[in-house]
Parts: sequence; C-alpha cells; structure tokens
Amino acid sequence: MMEIPGLGPFLLTLKLAGVTIMVLLILGTPLAWWLARTRSRLKMPMEAIVALPLVLPPTVIGFYLLIVLGPQGFIGGPWMSLTGSALTFTFTGLVVASVLYSLPFVVQPLQNAFESIGDAPLEAAWVSGARPLDAFFTVAVPLARRGYITAAVLGFAHTLGEFGVILMVGGNIPGETRVISIAIYDHVETMAYSEAHAMSAILLVFSFIVLLGVYTTNRRWRPL
Amino acid sequence: MTTDEILYARFSLQRSNFHLDAELSIPNHGVTGVFGHSGSGKTTLLRCLAGLERSDRGQLRVDGIHWQDGSKGLFMPAYQRPIGMVFQEARLFPHLTVLENIRYGIKRKRTESKPVDLDHVIEVLAIEHLLNRKPDKLSGGEQQRGAIARALLTGPKLLLMDEPLSALDGACKAEFMPFLQRLHNELLTPIIYVTHSLGEITQLADHLVLMENGKTIASSPLDTMLARLDLPLAREEDAVTVINGVVSGIDRQYGLAQVETAIGILYVEAQGLSDHSQLKVHIHARDVSLSLKQPESSSTLNIVEARISEIAECTPTQVNVMLMADDTPLLSRVTRLSCDRLDLQPGMKVYAQIKSISLKRSF
Repeated sequence: MMEIPGLGPFLLTLKLAGVTIMVLLILGTPLAWWLARTRSRLKMPMEAIVALPLVLPPTVIGFYLLIVLGPQGFIGGPWMSLTGSALTFTFTGLVVASVLYSLPFVVQPLQNAFESIGDAPLEAAWVSGARPLDAFFTVAVPLARRGYITAAVLGFAHTLGEFGVILMVGGNIPGETRVISIAIYDHVETMAYSEAHAMSAILLVFSFIVLLGVYTTNRRWRPL
Repeated sequence: MTTDEILYARFSLQRSNFHLDAELSIPNHGVTGVFGHSGSGKTTLLRCLAGLERSDRGQLRVDGIHWQDGSKGLFMPAYQRPIGMVFQEARLFPHLTVLENIRYGIKRKRTESKPVDLDHVIEVLAIEHLLNRKPDKLSGGEQQRGAIARALLTGPKLLLMDEPLSALDGACKAEFMPFLQRLHNELLTPIIYVTHSLGEITQLADHLVLMENGKTIASSPLDTMLARLDLPLAREEDAVTVINGVVSGIDRQYGLAQVETAIGILYVEAQGLSDHSQLKVHIHARDVSLSLKQPESSSTLNIVEARISEIAECTPTQVNVMLMADDTPLLSRVTRLSCDRLDLQPGMKVYAQIKSISLKRSF
C-alpha cells in the first residue's frame, strides 16, 4: 500500500498537540487564575516550578518522567496496576510529558491576561449579582480572550516542536509515539534525506500557516 | 434608631496605614451625601457597605436584615446584597454593549430586589441611542450613565455612588448633574453618594455624613449640618447655606422672581421659573456681607435682618459669622479685619446683604 511519506507521524503529532493543548487549557486556567490572584507565599515557588521547563534541558525532564512514569514509578506504577499498561512508550505517556513540557507556555500568558484584568471588572460583576464563578466565566474569561489565543497557539506550537522529552519517554513506535520530529531525526540518522526534507517542509509550512492565521485573526479582534 | 432608617452600619477596619472607624444611619429616602477629603475613608466605607471590603468587627443592618454581624461571624457576600454600585470609573464590561451590560445586572437580580422599569430608567438617563454601542465608543459621561442604569436595574434597595463625577471633566460634570437630580427626583431608591466636592453635596444631598481621618464625625440633615460652625464644612472655600423656597411672584419686566423663604422674600433671576415652583436657594457664605445699619440706597436687592449667633475663625484672615434670621441660620464670611472694625459680637443685630444667589429646582 502506497503511503504519503510522513503523513502518519504528522497526524500523530497533530493529535498529540491537540490533546495536550486541551488538557493544558483545562488544567492551566485554574492554576493561572490562582497565580494571578493569590497573595499566598506559595505563589513564587509555584511560579518557579511552572517556569522550570523553560530552562531545563528536555533530557532532564525526560529522564525524570521516565522514572516517574515507568512501571516502578510513583505515577506509572499505580497506572500500570489500574489500566494494565505502562505509561512510558505510549501515547498517553506522551500527553503527560507534553503537558508538563508545555505548561509555562500556557500558564504564563493566561496568568498575564488575568492579572491585567485587575479587580475592577470583577467587583463590578459581583455588585451586579454575579457569584465568583459566574463572574469568572462571564467577565474574566472573555476579557482574557487574547491571553487564551496566545496560550493555545504557543502551547500547540511548542508541543509540535517537541523532541527531546518524547525521545526519552516515548521512543519511536510508529502510530503510538513516532511523532514527526522523531521521524525526521530517524530519517536523517539513516541518511534518508528526501523523506527528511518532505517531513521538515510539511512541518515548516504548517507551522507558518497556523501562526499567520492566528496573527491575522488576532489583529482583526483587536478592537475588543 | 429613627423609624425611617433603612441602614445602620458600624465598621472598624485596620489597614496598613489607615484606620476606619465609622458609624452611620441612613434615612430610607433621598440622597445621603458622604463628604470628606481624600483619604478620609469615604470610599472604604462605601466598599464595606457593598461587601467588597470585609471588616472583622462590623455591623450592617439594612431594612431590618443583618448583612453583616461581626459578633456572629455573619457576612453576606457582595453578590447577595441587593445594592447597586456606581464606581468612580464606569466599569462597564468592555466586551458587552451598553444594553448587554444592563441585562447582565437584570439577569442576576437578587431575590429581595424591587421592580424597576427598564424603559423609564433608559429615558431618565437618556441612553436609548447608546444601547447597542460598546463602552469604548462612549464618552466618560455616557459610560457613567450606562453604569448607573446597570446598577439601578438590578432593583437595589440602596444605590451606592462613589464619586461618580470625579472621572469627568468640568463640562461633562455640569451636563451630568441634571441626570443625577432627575434620578433623585423620579426614582425612589435611596442613594448614598460619596464625594469630596461640597458643590455636589449641596446640589444633591438631603442628608449628610461627614468623615475625617477614617471617622464619621457628624450626621444629620444637610441644612442643619451646613449651619454648624464647629464642623469643617463651614470652613470650606465654598461654604453655603441652603434654604427652601417657593416662587410667589414673577416680575417679567425686570426678569426677577420673588421667592418666599424662611429668611424672608428674596429676589432671584426668573429664568426658567414659574409661579409656585419649589426650589432650594443656595447662598454662598462669601456672598453675604454684613452691615450694622440698614443700608439705604444700596444696589443689593436682597437684604435680610438677622442676629449674630456665633462667630468662629475660619482662616487667619477670615471669620465665619453665623446669623439667625427668624430662627433660620445663614452663614456669612467676612474678613477678620471687618469683624474687628465693626466689633461684631454674638447677639448683635445686623443686616446681611446677599450679593448673589444660586438656585436649584426642588424635588
């Protein structure tokens, strides 16, 4: 059967980035909200933890994840006994790794957006009768819309470009963990330059189109 | 506690460099002005009433219901209190149109709220043509009118206003005042109006609470308050006496109206007045000069016979002289030099010449 070279890894990459960004937006929202509004002493340590993936080499994150997610790890172990399969070298494991790896790219823009909203509109919502959760969804989230767009794009794009962590945690299993960056690496290793060219070009063009689309829509939305 | 009291509050609040120690009781009708200089705690007091600031030791009872009772750990959160609040800046939600902003409040009406007529509020505030616009397309005054509509249409038992004119420039302020006066006139919601402008207070308020250094130092009807020399109010640059009056005749030839007041008949510009209309006469203390003899052949139309009840220093060069004209207080401000030259003493009979009078239509 004739296959378009690189399509499998490319689709897998999209799936991984898509799932990761969904998880990140759901988990990142309360975390960013808390960071934006808390006066707790835990705020700064928490911010430092969130920012760690920015400075650590992917191999360090990958190494720890390999240990934690592995069959003997304190997440991988329970997961293994619960589901019967390991977290390492699986798609689910990749999602967990990507969520951690791309966390700052989602949390930081959201936190900035929430911080810039300030108390004023929220107080206006409360005195209009909105409960805090209601005020959050009807006032804070719409006002943080640009932050959400930035967070989604950065998180998605960063997951697309992920390599080191995946190599450590996921290996190179076609259809499961062989994402496009791994496939390209593999082709280059085996001197299959034409395949490497094709895949790299796909990723390059795709990334450009996504970013261009975002920047143009963002411009159009400016007069909020 | 008086029978027509809607609100009783006592708050004690400690912030890093500020201590609020306030007690007040608000009548269930009209506008209660809360007056004080910046930093006196007016806004903090209002935020306590709204539930946006939490004082551990505090009591707040509105319409017989406890909203806050520090001794029982009771604190009703802001979103449950049937109040409307208008902030210094309009704080309309920027992602919603004016109408959507108004609907935001209506949808979240609290159970105890009163019914309010949307069309009437829109008409009083003249915002019909603004309803479908986003706030950033409106002037400051228009935004503030939208914000007032949003607050009013939640059907509040109390409308709290925190210096709603302070973000507007001079021309906008003048334009805005009639809307506030109509609000006061036509909607029966009691209003608590915080400001540091004595002009706004005398134009709007019926009742006054005075604040200084985080404390409420006095509270009573406006006219009583204005007549007290011991309060800082009388030392304000534009200290004023407010007297109720009724138009009893209009002289078309000279364009003057006769106004019957407790201190006698006063002549004012007839512009816009009709017979029998009720109004409030504003007499600035600096516009009242004193003479020991009945001035003859003076160009001043309004001369009132009065007795000096009290004299108090105001500035190093000026003194406040409180007069009683038929048991009604009238404040005069003269230089200390004049006071000494005329040897003014309490109990003396004087003639007060009123150089100018401004008016406010009464409600």
